[in-house]
Amino acid sequence: MVIKGKVHKFSDDINTDDIIAAKYLVSTDAKELGKHCMETIRPDFSQAVSPGDIIVAGNNFGCGSSREHAPLAIKGCGISAVIASSFAAIFFRNAINIGLPFLESVDVDKINHGDIIEIDLATGLINNITQSKLYKTRAFPEFLQELVRQGGLMNWVRLREGRK
Amino acid sequence: MPYTIAEKILLKHSGQKSIKPGEFIQAKVDVALANDITAPLAISEFKKSGFKKVFSKNKIVLVPDHFAPAKDLKSANQCKILADFAKEQGIKNYFEIGCMGIEHALLPEKGIVMPGDLIIGADSHTCTYGALGAYATGMGSTDLARAYIDGKCWLKVPASIKFIYKGKLNKWVGGKDLILYTIGQIGVDGALYKVMEFCGPVIRKLGMDDRFSMCNMAIEAGARAGLIEPDKKTKQYVAGFKRKPKFYYSDADAHYEKTYEWDVTDLEPQVACPHLPSNVKPVSSLKNIKIDQSVIGSCTNGRISDLRIAASLLKGKKVAKGVKLIIFPATQKIYLQAVKEGLAEIFVRAGGVFSTPTCGPCLGGHMGILADGEVAIATTNRNFLGRMGSPKSFVYLSDPAVAAASAITGRITHPAKI
Repeated sequence: MVIKGKVHKFSDDINTDDIIAAKYLVSTDAKELGKHCMETIRPDFSQAVSPGDIIVAGNNFGCGSSREHAPLAIKGCGISAVIASSFAAIFFRNAINIGLPFLESVDVDKINHGDIIEIDLATGLINNITQSKLYKTRAFPEFLQELVRQGGLMNWVRLREGRK
Repeated sequence: MPYTIAEKILLKHSGQKSIKPGEFIQAKVDVALANDITAPLAISEFKKSGFKKVFSKNKIVLVPDHFAPAKDLKSANQCKILADFAKEQGIKNYFEIGCMGIEHALLPEKGIVMPGDLIIGADSHTCTYGALGAYATGMGSTDLARAYIDGKCWLKVPASIKFIYKGKLNKWVGGKDLILYTIGQIGVDGALYKVMEFCGPVIRKLGMDDRFSMCNMAIEAGARAGLIEPDKKTKQYVAGFKRKPKFYYSDADAHYEKTYEWDVTDLEPQVACPHLPSNVKPVSSLKNIKIDQSVIGSCTNGRISDLRIAASLLKGKKVAKGVKLIIFPATQKIYLQAVKEGLAEIFVRAGGVFSTPTCGPCLGGHMGILADGEVAIATTNRNFLGRMGSPKSFVYLSDPAVAAASAITGRITHPAKI
């Protein structure tokens, strides 16, 4: 799967309250949550996103609560993928489980706000079209690739239980 | 092969012959917890999956505590999803508000979680139960939905980091100060994807309430779990419950990725300044920080010993003019105990409010939202921008003694000054 979009750059330690404030957790609708994505730290974020855009952030992206509303809000506002230097563990598994594409990259400092980039999830290659640069990322471990291939955790468990 | 306590618990629940850090396992869970924020998503995923019956009526726990008692219509509808699902599936451990509490204080109190358990919860502070010598870890709603089907979860076995605390704690210094100090030293990603194992003579002397406070905030350093090996105090705590505990201990030659060792003899109460739990300073270094609100409670510090500490300072005193003091015991049992011991009266006479148990104020839900420009000292666990209300407010995190002392003076204050 190849994803192409404009980069929205964020710093280290973007937490789940930044991504979606607790007051909006009275809904589980991705579109509704998406309207308030990153509102606390960047009030105009959801309007600035065009469908397909990509978040690029520093260390520990998604730290804080276990709210799955965070990756849902990111998806719901039109973001197609997240690239970060590292992810907080619960956010990491939530993103995998609900099928929000993401990559860990050591090259996020080289990517600028507004760059147009293309990600090949199968190869893990990031193509910075604006800068004509190519960045390699580490492939996911096999089990996680299997989850992604099967369309998230619930499909995976359905197939697994069905096989019994 | 030598193992840490965390690895031993995961090995037992994986059904494998051996495990190693970095490996993916499918593990059987003993308890699967969710609340009124996270359960609705889990329940809807479960229903969409086409499976009709949950894997166990006894191992699923549903606690409406975040926006409960329901703060508005949308919250009421979310809470009702839990009640309806519990009824439909015959789930035993559903707690209506009259018998409820903040989940991470409630489950140990009821004997639902036990040493040696593998506990998953759709709430990041699920790591609290590590204080019992259990492997307890926060996950998302979809993870819970999966567990509802087959009683299992996927895990990547984390490496462990050992934290040894030596020396003797000063008066007014407890588990909350130790964990704030630790996060201040290693940062909010200092234990990213690791297990934090807390040990040493200082930990052995801590009571269970302080141990829960410490493990509760392991997530604030990015950890998957925070564990304390069981001892006499643990055994005493779980004695008398119906479920039988299993005690695991780390092998002497178990592998730790890192070991930190600190002498905490001179440690004073610690305060995490806005807007990160790692922005930690000793209380006496904070000069003239005026507060508008003091919040004492939560899954971190809403237990009876926390309330006793706060009451010992507030007895016969008045809250500073213009300061709002909100005290919320973590469970109905603690609430009743505080009433019996006269603590509730001390709080009300001091000019504070004594609330029903709820997560409300901690996450800016209800029962004490901060206005633009307001400053709070809170015994809660997160001080992210806007966490307790306005994005223009400021939250300082502390132990209950500092929060009580500060309510009296109106400024962040060392409790020894009261």
